[in-house]
Amino acid sequence: MHSFLSRANTLFAFTITVLAVLTTGVFVSTFFEEYRGTVSIGAVRPIVKHMTDFSANRKKNDLGVLQLTLDMDLNPLFDWNVKQLFLYLVAEYVTPANTLNQVVLWDKIVRRGEEARLSFHEIATKYYFWDDGEHLRSNNVTLSLNWNIISNAGRLMHVRANGSTSFVFPDQYITSRTASPKPSGQQ
Amino acid sequence: MHWSRKLINRLLRYAIVVSTLLMLWKSLVLATNCSRPILVVLSSDGYSFYNLGDLFFVTNYPADPIRTGDVVVFRIEGRFIPIVHRVIRVHEREDGYVKFLTKGDGSQVDDRGLYPVGQLWLEREQIVGKVKGYLPYLGLFVILLSNLPLVDRLLSGVLA
Repeated sequence: MHSFLSRANTLFAFTITVLAVLTTGVFVSTFFEEYRGTVSIGAVRPIVKHMTDFSANRKKNDLGVLQLTLDMDLNPLFDWNVKQLFLYLVAEYVTPANTLNQVVLWDKIVRRGEEARLSFHEIATKYYFWDDGEHLRSNNVTLSLNWNIISNAGRLMHVRANGSTSFVFPDQYITSRTASPKPSGQQ
Repeated sequence: MHWSRKLINRLLRYAIVVSTLLMLWKSLVLATNCSRPILVVLSSDGYSFYNLGDLFFVTNYPADPIRTGDVVVFRIEGRFIPIVHRVIRVHEREDGYVKFLTKGDGSQVDDRGLYPVGQLWLEREQIVGKVKGYLPYLGLFVILLSNLPLVDRLLSGVLA
């Protein structure tokens, strides 16, 4: 009746029950949370190159190059059900070949406890901005920052932050022979 | 009661339990429009947010388009185990044809090395579903169970 095994069994069952109730509580208490926020995004010196994409179809596609300036405070987003934030910056644009294009240019994982007030000044994009084709010149591109809330238990939510910005690519390619445009606006 | 009647009684009771569980599972498959609505994580790379034994809830509604940042489950021909990665590029044509590129969170390179030779993009049919929800540790029980070969074969037969 009070053998070691029966006590261990009761203890185990009780632990599992408590953990289950806690997990449900954590899930239910944050179910309606929206996790909105505002960031500031800046696109600096966008240019377009026309090069062979060796990672894809080995044809000449348009490659967009730009620097990013980002500012955000993510501390209000971390509640007790948030384990991690996956931030990603998406460039969205339309071309004659494709009605919808989305390319992730930059991403970052912010864990609970890490520095959540982030500021980057004119950093390079983390991933190449290849178009599926050659339609980036004079194209109006919208940059928006999104975060994926990774919770301890619950929905995997994707939220778009307020503060998207748009920019237009120049209408000429940059070849290696022409100098890169200066910040003082030689466009 | 005759021993054969007792035996049939017992068998029928077991059959009811098993078939109820099976019907619940199949109803979930129908409700989520996804062939595998609940997935157990079998391996994790260094930077992923998931660990061994976590449960993913997956749905596959056609009215819920797949966009960048979504975590999707996809199947490569020739591999039995589906892969769970994030979409990093989407290109959709006017006629509705859409193609995706995926990448694991912890990886520096995209998944083109995982796709079959000659395939550069993922198509909608290869995507089993989108991950919508997440529960930690619950799948450990299933992994422990699946280490028994009989259970493993039974599960594969039922879920195939």
